[in-house]
Amino acid sequence: MSAAPQKAKAGAEKIDVTVSAVVPLNELVTRFEFKAKDGRDLPTFSAGAHTVVQMNDQGRTRLNPYSIMSDPADTSHYAISVRRDDEGRGGSLFMHRNVKVGDEMTITFPVNLFSLDLRARKQVFIAGGIGITPFMAMIAQMERLGGQWELHYSVRTEALGTYVQELSYKHPGKVHVYYDDQSQAIALEDLLDGQPLGTNVYVCGPKGMIDWVHATASAAGWPDANVHSEEFTKPQPGKPFQVRLCKSDKVIDVGEHESLLEAIERSGVEAPFLCRGGACGQCETDVVSFDGDFIHRDHWLDDDQHANGSKIMPCVSRFVGKSLELDR
Amino acid sequence: MIADAEGAEAILELAAQDPDLMTKSHIIFIPKGTNYTQALRDLKPAQFYEGPSYEAAVQRIRHVLAEAKMGLQVYLTGTEGLMGQAQNEAMQAGIPHSAIQTEHRGSVARRMQCVHCKGITEDVITDPFVCSHCGLNLFVRDHYSRRLAAYQGVCIDAEDPGNVPEPQELYT
Amino acid sequence: MTIQFNEETFRDDYSFHNSDWAIKRFPFPFHEDSYMYAVNMEQHRGGPEGSVYEKRFDVDEHYVSEMRDRAMVLADDPLRCQSLPHMTLAGWDLLELIMVSKSEDYPDLFELHRNGNQWRWVNKPLGIDDTFTFLDETTLPYGPMEYITRQAQGDFCVLDQRDDMLWMDAGMVTTQADWSLDFDIGMNFFEWHAPVPLAHEMGIFKRALKFLLNIQQGAPARRLNWTMTVNPLLDTSPENYHKWGIQKTTLTPENIGAKQHLRVELQTFFRLPRSNALVFPIRCYLCSFQDLMTMPKWGRRLHRVVRDLPEELATYKGFIDNRPMMLDYLSQFDDGLPTSRGVWPDLDTEPALKKSS
Repeated sequence: MSAAPQKAKAGAEKIDVTVSAVVPLNELVTRFEFKAKDGRDLPTFSAGAHTVVQMNDQGRTRLNPYSIMSDPADTSHYAISVRRDDEGRGGSLFMHRNVKVGDEMTITFPVNLFSLDLRARKQVFIAGGIGITPFMAMIAQMERLGGQWELHYSVRTEALGTYVQELSYKHPGKVHVYYDDQSQAIALEDLLDGQPLGTNVYVCGPKGMIDWVHATASAAGWPDANVHSEEFTKPQPGKPFQVRLCKSDKVIDVGEHESLLEAIERSGVEAPFLCRGGACGQCETDVVSFDGDFIHRDHWLDDDQHANGSKIMPCVSRFVGKSLELDR
Repeated sequence: MIADAEGAEAILELAAQDPDLMTKSHIIFIPKGTNYTQALRDLKPAQFYEGPSYEAAVQRIRHVLAEAKMGLQVYLTGTEGLMGQAQNEAMQAGIPHSAIQTEHRGSVARRMQCVHCKGITEDVITDPFVCSHCGLNLFVRDHYSRRLAAYQGVCIDAEDPGNVPEPQELYT
Repeated sequence: MTIQFNEETFRDDYSFHNSDWAIKRFPFPFHEDSYMYAVNMEQHRGGPEGSVYEKRFDVDEHYVSEMRDRAMVLADDPLRCQSLPHMTLAGWDLLELIMVSKSEDYPDLFELHRNGNQWRWVNKPLGIDDTFTFLDETTLPYGPMEYITRQAQGDFCVLDQRDDMLWMDAGMVTTQADWSLDFDIGMNFFEWHAPVPLAHEMGIFKRALKFLLNIQQGAPARRLNWTMTVNPLLDTSPENYHKWGIQKTTLTPENIGAKQHLRVELQTFFRLPRSNALVFPIRCYLCSFQDLMTMPKWGRRLHRVVRDLPEELATYKGFIDNRPMMLDYLSQFDDGLPTSRGVWPDLDTEPALKKSS
């Protein structure tokens, strides 16, 4: 329409930041805080938002999404909490081992795929382990809005109960903690029973927990629209495979420890993305032809699309077989 | 369960399929001149109320919804006007519209809002029709508001006053 | 002040007029000699200097009179501005976005002084100097959305985002192209578009929704839409259609150049940071046919577009009855020469109209 249509950029807008604090919380989890490099306030965000942190790991670019857990009303800094994953692809290890106060990094503008339903009469938060992070921001926002909420937080042990003390101290009566090693479990059916009409439930944690909450709520007659979840799937390693990118006319190799999206980016081809976790739909790519099997790991495409091989989400999904051609 | 007129038949069918349902059900029924009341009472629902009109029943509906807990199932059956208005109450109370079950029975008449004077004309069965409030000739736009529980009526002869096509029956 | 504000009306005597500056920067919507409905999104990050795309919220010579017209519409029908209770936070988001943008983009017209949550807002063209507490509704004369959109040209739809869907849960709508906020409030994206013809078959709205759901903070988008209006009437609401519809029949071959206006909507989309809602400002620009014809390229092109538009679109846009008269008028300005690509008038490079004898 206007003279110079601008092409959409890959990923959200970027912000240059300086690491302002690195706070180890327990054996596995460390908090990182960022301030804007230019000294100004960071963009306002809504509770539930994440940012994608760009890591320069010996020439290799890693992009990992983390929920922003700091108070949305305080934009002097952002905080994320990173759980070390010794078996993972190295992003969390890089953060734990290499990132120091004063380092300069690049993060994206906040993107919210897990926002609060502000109409809700009451919010019920259910967290498992490091899934507590988005709720830290949500609780701050609910406290400010004066809304009703309660948190049910399941952790492995007292020692690994990230932010348990702080939460219990600040919000007695609203925070309920369950310790696995003491055989405590969230009594989900009881807690869903008797909630006022218009209550919304939010769950963030391991996949099993998310599925359990959805299934239990559904069985108790809760509408699907009142149950919200966020799960970032991490790209899993897999057998290397080869892909032809038709538009760019390139053949690329996807290594064992990189995602298809990362391999596309490494070859210099720009591809859209936001969450890099199979949830937002931005990187959806058409399949031109294939001979083999897809390993779909996203939460975006529907079952039909997964079955007929017409599309793939390159941020998390892989391929095993003879040949794959993509419209990219 | 909220029903009017022939909507009673849908409840009777439901009860026949699953008699246990009635032990937990609260039926609010507006007969609109039909005589299903005794048949519904015979189902022995946990609670039963017969109202002379929707307007008379709405306070009770609001009260029930305000006290209700998550897991409540809402079933609406009968005329479009009844279902639409009751659905709006349930949505206001926090139930997403997609989780409210509806079953249309009886009259195909539509509830219309005149976009000009905002007046509601009930039981409209022709297109175009005359607004019962401001008297303008309105055509039925295929545009439904859940909040108003009404379709939109728009002046048909604004550009050529008096040129109004012969009314056709809706759904023929 | 850099902008000379017009003294003009959008009703009764219709003294609305465009200066040469306003004609030249008019957002002519046709980039080629034909038109088909399309989503046509692009990023909203400025544009050529002086164009309507340059600033986040364009302010032009019609600002003061448009705001006066809005106040009249609202006095007559307060339901043109509504906000469901959960949308107040989004209203504050919008207030902040507009105040920050305008004070940065037009420092000679608007000032914003912030000290924590104590804010002072100075709007020189409208003579406003208010101090209030951000996020405290009791310190403003209206709700935050109404307060700021009484001071911003164009309609504003504030869309809540839930369950991968957009919901029309708040808005200020006084310059609309025949749709009713009071009727549509609370509707989802597909419901409020239900009356648009052809769109469902084209699957166009599904793609548009997907795009809008993914608009992110710091990366606003925009598109154009257009229709036709007889007389420079801003308030073409369905509410008042029984009053203004008749004006369409007042066109004559003699007055069509002055009375018939091309109405262009510059639609922009911004993610709101606190509420995660989406604001959808719809800014309306009007230009009479005779003013458009001062740009030879636009004259040639408008004739071709109106001539070749599919019948259902001409009906939907409400000018099917007047199309023959429009074509009689417009054909005088089409000498058959080719036109350059793009929307700009290219006054320096496009040939003047070849007069036929």
